[in-house]
Amino acid sequence: MESSNTIIIKGLYKRFPVGKGEFTALSDINLNFAQGEFTGLIGPSGSGKTTLLNILGSLDVPSEGEALVLGNSIGKLTTHEAANLRKVSLGFIFQSYNLLAVHTVYENVEFPLLLLKLSATERHKMVMDALEWVGLTDKIKSKPPQLSGGQCQRVAIARAMVKKPSLVLADEPTANLDAANSHHILKTMETLNRELKTTFVFATHDDKVISYLRRKVYLLDGRIDKVEVIHPNS
Amino acid sequence: MIKFLIKGLLRDKSRSRLPIIVVSLGVMLTVFMHAYITGFMGDTFEMNAKFSTGHVKVMTRAYAENSSQLPNDLALIESGKLLANLRLNHPYMEWTPRIQFGGLIDAPDSTGETRSQGPAIGLGIDLLSGNTGEAERLNLTSSLVQGRLPIKKGEALLSDDFARKLNVIPGDEVTLIGSTMNGSMSMHNFTVAGTVKFGTEIMDRGSVIADIEDVRAALDMEDASGEILGFEKKGFYENKKAENMSAVFNSTSSNADDEYSPIMKSLSQQGNMGQYVQMSELWAAYISLIFIFAMSLVLWNAGLLGGLRRYGEVGIRLAIGEEKGHIFRSMIVESFFIGLAGSVLGTAIGLFFAWLVQTYGIDISGMMKGASMMMPTAIRARITTPDFYIGFIPGVISTVFGTMLSGIGIYRRQTATLFKELEA
Repeated sequence: MESSNTIIIKGLYKRFPVGKGEFTALSDINLNFAQGEFTGLIGPSGSGKTTLLNILGSLDVPSEGEALVLGNSIGKLTTHEAANLRKVSLGFIFQSYNLLAVHTVYENVEFPLLLLKLSATERHKMVMDALEWVGLTDKIKSKPPQLSGGQCQRVAIARAMVKKPSLVLADEPTANLDAANSHHILKTMETLNRELKTTFVFATHDDKVISYLRRKVYLLDGRIDKVEVIHPNS
Repeated sequence: MIKFLIKGLLRDKSRSRLPIIVVSLGVMLTVFMHAYITGFMGDTFEMNAKFSTGHVKVMTRAYAENSSQLPNDLALIESGKLLANLRLNHPYMEWTPRIQFGGLIDAPDSTGETRSQGPAIGLGIDLLSGNTGEAERLNLTSSLVQGRLPIKKGEALLSDDFARKLNVIPGDEVTLIGSTMNGSMSMHNFTVAGTVKFGTEIMDRGSVIADIEDVRAALDMEDASGEILGFEKKGFYENKKAENMSAVFNSTSSNADDEYSPIMKSLSQQGNMGQYVQMSELWAAYISLIFIFAMSLVLWNAGLLGGLRRYGEVGIRLAIGEEKGHIFRSMIVESFFIGLAGSVLGTAIGLFFAWLVQTYGIDISGMMKGASMMMPTAIRARITTPDFYIGFIPGVISTVFGTMLSGIGIYRRQTATLFKELEA
């Protein structure tokens, strides 16, 4: 059962030093994410969802317990191994796109592949595929400042998906978008999740995002409050 | 990846054009200031060397002790032999005999009575033999205001201000009233061949220049010279070299017990020139260092700001999986090329301006009125070898150092805060 899970979290705690004491951001988290899930960590600000996303993205380590991501124990990874995990297997989507403004759409999407040292031919095919998934093949020469917010976020999705990662982590991906663009983005991600079997984990408190999730993990004060699974027919 | 970084560099003007302009300006100022200070300090040495001290000077020990009084009774005798020896033993120097003297120049009227009179500082130099380059050394041709240079015995040049004061023009006769080497009174007639203006207050006030053979005849100094001056053939004074040469000469050719034996003194060992050499070398070094340091701070900050400005870009590259070391190295390489491009450009521009000031000079004659020290009336830069590389110190090293400092932030950066930092 565990082998088919992309993420396995056991008894995870995350504590931050505050003054002379400690602040517990995550407490006794036990959670599994199967491959191809479309899941969200939901909760108000300070509930611990971004902290958990950081740990799953190998950007931070647990204080106690274990987080296994694609078979890698996050707490035991060296800086080099953590960077390599992000480079090869993880994709990130940020609230504010974070595209490189002086580079074209094509170059922004190509960047993660440059780190993987793929050939130019391979890169070209993969970039064009990714841009086709998000419907931006006609914008390859445009630069981010020439695009709308929705288009920028679609470029960010293409950049996260271009290397076909096993896991995509998205932090409030629709926070800067209007309703129409939000739905467009979410549908794009939903389609990619279905077609490529990529696991998506969101950190959100946006109702529009929540409505697309097939599993909802509610966090409150660093603990799992409840988990809701939405059946396909519901 | 390199192509990607180059594209980013070329397109982002604030990452390429602006830093290159800042580096160029800093480097240009550094190069120009260094050439300017070198030129200014060097000009003053050379001016004194050409007119008075030489790069080294040989005199009798007694003359050296009283040189401010121009004691020609203590001059070198049989100076031709000594001159030949110096030329033989130090072929990399140009040696020339001179006689400095004081006297009164008397301008008579048509009846032979004194029309005007004035005290003069005289200089007997080798003008007519044509093999010591004295006319060129003292820049006589371009200093001519009226007339021409002496071409035959019995002719002399007067400083133009002095000639005006005496109301004489080329072709007029003047009489030098002085004292011979033996202390008796001497009167010798000269024809004014021309008037000169050196642009040096002390020389322009009242001087007479004549061929050394005429002066020898006037002052009864046959085969004698007040002093023999040596000049580096390459044209620039080198203090250490000159001091070493003097020390060797004095240990082999000078007798401390004989006040008439020759002694060699470097420029820095004459009068208060030593202090001046020391002070100017120190000041030149201080000013250059201060300027290099200031420019280094500016360019270091430019590098630092450049690094900090790319905080967001670095964050996203870290999140995507690029390693800290790789990002750091790529930023260093980038700043190295920015520094290099700016330094090459800045050095070229700095050298161009230095060349302009070297060629045309900046006229400061207005400020030199009444100066008792021999100072040039035009400031000229001098381009020397260090000018070709000195700008690279602030240009490349400081820019890279600034980027390295800002790059430390990359290593200190907590990836755990990236999501927060990369939010709007």
